[in-house]
Amino acid sequence: MIAPKDETRIGVYVCHCGTNISAVIDVEALAEFARGLPQVALARDYKYMCSDPGQELIKQDIVDKKLNRIVVAACSPLLHEATFRRVAEDAGLNPFLVQMANIREQVAWVTDDPVDALAKAKAHVAAAVRRVSKHEPLERRSVDVTPRVLVVGGGIAGIQASLTLAEAGKEVILVEREPSIGGHMSMFDKTFPTLDCAACILTPKMTAVKDERNIRLLTYSEIESVEGAVGNYKVKVRRKARYISEEKCVGCMACIDQCVFTKPKFPNEYDQGLGLRKPVYMPFPQAVPPVPIIDPETCLQLSKGKCKQNCVEACGERGAVLLDQEDTIEEFEVGAIIVATGFKAFDPSVMPYYGYGRLPNVYTSLEVERLVNAAGPTGGKLVLRDGSVPKRVVIVHCVGSRDKNYHTYCSRVCCMYSLKLAHLVKEKTDAEIYNCYIDMRTSGKGFEEFYNRVQDEGVHFIRGKVGDISLVPPENGEQSNRMTIQVDDTLLGKVRNFDVDMVILAVGLEPQPDTDDVRRMFGMSCSTEGFFLEKHPKLAPVNTANDGVFLAGVCQGVKDIPDTVAQADAAAAKALALIDRGTFELEPNTAVIDEDNCSGCRICNNLCPYDAIEYDEEKEVSRVIPELCKGCGTCVAACPAGVITGVHFTNDQIFAEIEGMLFDAMPDLLAV
Amino acid sequence: MSDETFEPKIVGFMCNWCSYTASDLAGTARMKHAPNVRIIRVMCSGRVDPTFVLKAFSLGADAVLIAGCHPGDCHYQNQNYKTIRRHAMLKYILPQMGIEPERIRLVWASAAEGQILADAIDKLSEDVRKLGPLRWADNWEENGERLEALESIVKEHEEAMEVQP
Repeated sequence: MIAPKDETRIGVYVCHCGTNISAVIDVEALAEFARGLPQVALARDYKYMCSDPGQELIKQDIVDKKLNRIVVAACSPLLHEATFRRVAEDAGLNPFLVQMANIREQVAWVTDDPVDALAKAKAHVAAAVRRVSKHEPLERRSVDVTPRVLVVGGGIAGIQASLTLAEAGKEVILVEREPSIGGHMSMFDKTFPTLDCAACILTPKMTAVKDERNIRLLTYSEIESVEGAVGNYKVKVRRKARYISEEKCVGCMACIDQCVFTKPKFPNEYDQGLGLRKPVYMPFPQAVPPVPIIDPETCLQLSKGKCKQNCVEACGERGAVLLDQEDTIEEFEVGAIIVATGFKAFDPSVMPYYGYGRLPNVYTSLEVERLVNAAGPTGGKLVLRDGSVPKRVVIVHCVGSRDKNYHTYCSRVCCMYSLKLAHLVKEKTDAEIYNCYIDMRTSGKGFEEFYNRVQDEGVHFIRGKVGDISLVPPENGEQSNRMTIQVDDTLLGKVRNFDVDMVILAVGLEPQPDTDDVRRMFGMSCSTEGFFLEKHPKLAPVNTANDGVFLAGVCQGVKDIPDTVAQADAAAAKALALIDRGTFELEPNTAVIDEDNCSGCRICNNLCPYDAIEYDEEKEVSRVIPELCKGCGTCVAACPAGVITGVHFTNDQIFAEIEGMLFDAMPDLLAV
Repeated sequence: MSDETFEPKIVGFMCNWCSYTASDLAGTARMKHAPNVRIIRVMCSGRVDPTFVLKAFSLGADAVLIAGCHPGDCHYQNQNYKTIRRHAMLKYILPQMGIEPERIRLVWASAAEGQILADAIDKLSEDVRKLGPLRWADNWEENGERLEALESIVKEHEEAMEVQP
């Protein structure tokens, strides 16, 4: 490595970025301006600095022209800082002697006027040049990575990611808050467009999770807290009391048979409330783990303290029913985390004109999934609440999606699952089926073909939004549950009214209600629609702002099962890349206290949220623990004596940057 | 410089995780906005030492923008709360130094809120355009009175120190 010489020689490289930058900013004038700045040895402009020849240009100059500082005026440092640091490193220069000036995202792309753009770009370049002259060579810190992954959410995304990691021989902690894994996919009957039976393709994976030795499955559990950072997270998991021991239970279900409630009485959440269950129940036949659960709110013993406790007796010597069980907290250390917390189906009861919750035969698509499912409340018979078979059915598309009052985005899966439900309902009832749609979006593999098939089966399609659903007026004094649909048929150009006896609302997908809490717990952001924000929409679709946290499934954005599975494997691969390497390199930008000049006032001690500053009682000085410091710099800004240095964000470096940014404000004030 | 042609020069401090990313997003989405704010990246808005703000004013900035993550969303748990305190302090002391408090502004923008940041930049630029140029450094142009005041401070200080053992 070339030691920085006494003389600072800065090379400035202005990127055209094709025409992204050069169409707005006069790049030659900018390079010419850079040449006039103090300590600049050379300045060039080039079409693509990040290309191979562009990188080679910098490397050659570092060697030939003896440059010891590099400024690249191009895109955002969040995009290519790593690239140019590597270039410097390859040429024998410390990577931290590089600074980028963001003239694409923050100048060229947001400024109309070329004169304004050039002035702002000059400021950004002048700031980078002044800053880089104050840079010091730095070494990255390396931390060991715990070779274990936490997967949050046991839907198809979490299951797939866990299995892939386990297959690679890695330990996985899979946490699911419901009593069984399986998520939304386990509620479906068939999957589009192949009409694969959802249970047939999902159940083997669920069982594999149970049998996989590398996976520790924690159902009916929630994450309590997450501490630490990439490579070494400490996670606390609350295991909610299930009142039945997972270790002792063999799934014979005698407790359910013998419950004092001889008949199921309470709505089964898993069946969307359409079916009934007892206080002790199995969520669904294929549940994993195959262990019943007791609902403390409806169980007489747990809610009222008074019951014959037949369940305990039925279990007998096995003793798996534990009515005095309490929540427990377990702690785990993991190196990486995959968040796969899924979605919530849109609740259409907020749209009074669709009558959901008021008109008995208005169903959500998820409810109909349960009705057509052989394991559902009707055993797979599609019947209405009064037991009759519907003859005319309307499927209302885009409920809660593409609607500025609710969600403006398209939920992507509704068109296809509506076609699937149309096919299934037609198959089971031979009813007349009407799809009222805004646009049919069938862009996936085999999707358009399926659309054509359903059209050929005689399903009707009406292009228009449903405006109102109301009961048909009483005939001969009798009120039926038939409904009149009012739809603005945009192809006919008129409003149509027709009667049906079943309405299926194709509800959209929305973020889980506790997304904000989860986001904060894992140090992530959300995009405007409320799903978790990926680090880069195209180039880092499963990474997040938190280096050890990855995303899979709908919690990152709406998608169907194939995309979810693909993304889950991508997240698993990213997590594997992190933990398999065994070490992770951290940025060196921690805080450092100059102990000789620290007065021991301890102002900084309480400012650190990570307890990374310790106080030495003997020497009466404060000290930063580098392993705990995350480099925010708040203590640096607070030190009254100015003896805390924010490495790579020192006062001198930022002052220099301010000077550069204001190069044209009151120029006579600036010393060269 | 007449007011019609006055374009304020504003220094913006933005945190790496939310507001700087929001600024990048505004760029990627081509949300055009006023070119007046020149952006300095810090890891956290909590790094913004009040002296950075004073330094910017002393070098001719007409305003300073500090942008961070929304309260409760800080990448460093709650360091932006310290930014709130410092901003309140600056609002209080700047007028004592002859700077309108409107020249310092704190805004929150999450990584997804490019439009909010772009709008905030437009608004601040517009507001400062109305305020006119600051040229704070002109306030202490060398003159006899100022030198005399400075010398008397030094003298007082020396006298005070003499009392100490």
